[in-house]
Amino acid sequence: MFLVPDSVGRFFHRMASPPHFYAFSGRLMPWLGVIFLLLVGAGLYGGLVLAPPDYQQGDSYRIIYIHVPSAWMSLFIYVMMAAAGVIGLVWRIKLAEIVAISSAPVGAAFTFIALVTGSLWGKPMWGTWWVWDARLTSELILLFLYLGVMALYSAIDDKRVASKAVAILALVGVVNIPVIHYSVEWWNTLHQGPTVTKMDKPSIHISMLVPLLTMAVAFKFYYLIAMLQRARTELLQRERNSQWLKKLLESEG
Amino acid sequence: MRPIKKQRLLLIALMLAGIGGAAAFALKSFNENLMYFFSTTDVVSGKAPGDALIRIGGMVVNGSVERPGDSLLVRFKLTDFNRDVPVEYTGILPDLFREGQGIIAKGRLNGQGTFIAEEVLAKHDENYMPPEVAATLKPDTQNNAQ
Repeated sequence: MFLVPDSVGRFFHRMASPPHFYAFSGRLMPWLGVIFLLLVGAGLYGGLVLAPPDYQQGDSYRIIYIHVPSAWMSLFIYVMMAAAGVIGLVWRIKLAEIVAISSAPVGAAFTFIALVTGSLWGKPMWGTWWVWDARLTSELILLFLYLGVMALYSAIDDKRVASKAVAILALVGVVNIPVIHYSVEWWNTLHQGPTVTKMDKPSIHISMLVPLLTMAVAFKFYYLIAMLQRARTELLQRERNSQWLKKLLESEG
Repeated sequence: MRPIKKQRLLLIALMLAGIGGAAAFALKSFNENLMYFFSTTDVVSGKAPGDALIRIGGMVVNGSVERPGDSLLVRFKLTDFNRDVPVEYTGILPDLFREGQGIIAKGRLNGQGTFIAEEVLAKHDENYMPPEVAATLKPDTQNNAQ
């Protein structure tokens, strides 16, 4: 396309070929695993041990090291899923379809974790497990969107058709993403406003911010690992009758 | 790009614009209902319904919290730094409840303009800092609150 360096274009072009993707992601996996373990170890140690307690909440605030990165991931993965869906719809690239549907369960899991950890924190801090304010409600809708995508995909037998349907559903749901992010600014909510993701300087002390960002990067790597693993399985299922897979199986004995 | 792909991309863009527009109008028309609470100025100026179950939000006024007798009854004033509303609540308050803290109370107004709360929730702000840092900031925030 335009404005994209040639080498990047070539990389994506090669990745779109199933045998190449399968081999490359297999080689990548151990590295991703090591980086994830290092980051999550550093993030958890920094967040649970090194970071000071909060002036108001004491140690209870430490749940943000799981809650906030999970909530970020729930939005990030949805955007990735919708973007892969568009690429699948427009260019009919099989691998984009596979990446889109493989993202959904990971995103659903992160959304669920964000909702549960928020609820656990809400009881002692707010005084309630759940309220129907704009932020909490829109995040719950996000969970239902993920579940809807997964259900729709498994309801249609022809996986190429299923992928198109899923991409359209994912696109319709994209409208929810800015609503979730800006809900705390557009409306009065019980949920507090953004601490880090705003134009201003973050309203969190640097000693608490560093482990938080480390966890956010660690979760990105977890997403890559979980999504690629699912994509490889999905690819094997879809390509079970293909020549390259038969050759691969023969060569591996 | 081949024409057919351009066309697909255009269709997707149109779909997104349509859904975005519809969602924007829907949210705009439900704007009032999506507000989780009224401000204290809304209550004093009569914008909030007088006899219905509503939520009001604001800061607990410094020095206004009193506990008459040895029951669980608490009286305090809520403010949005413009108008104050006196609140009465009987029950256990959340951990974060204190003077200067933002809270949300659910209940009804009585005839005298006092808000009788059935439920009090603490609204946490977005600031996180170690106690030492908070201590150095203390005089500053108190000046802002007054």
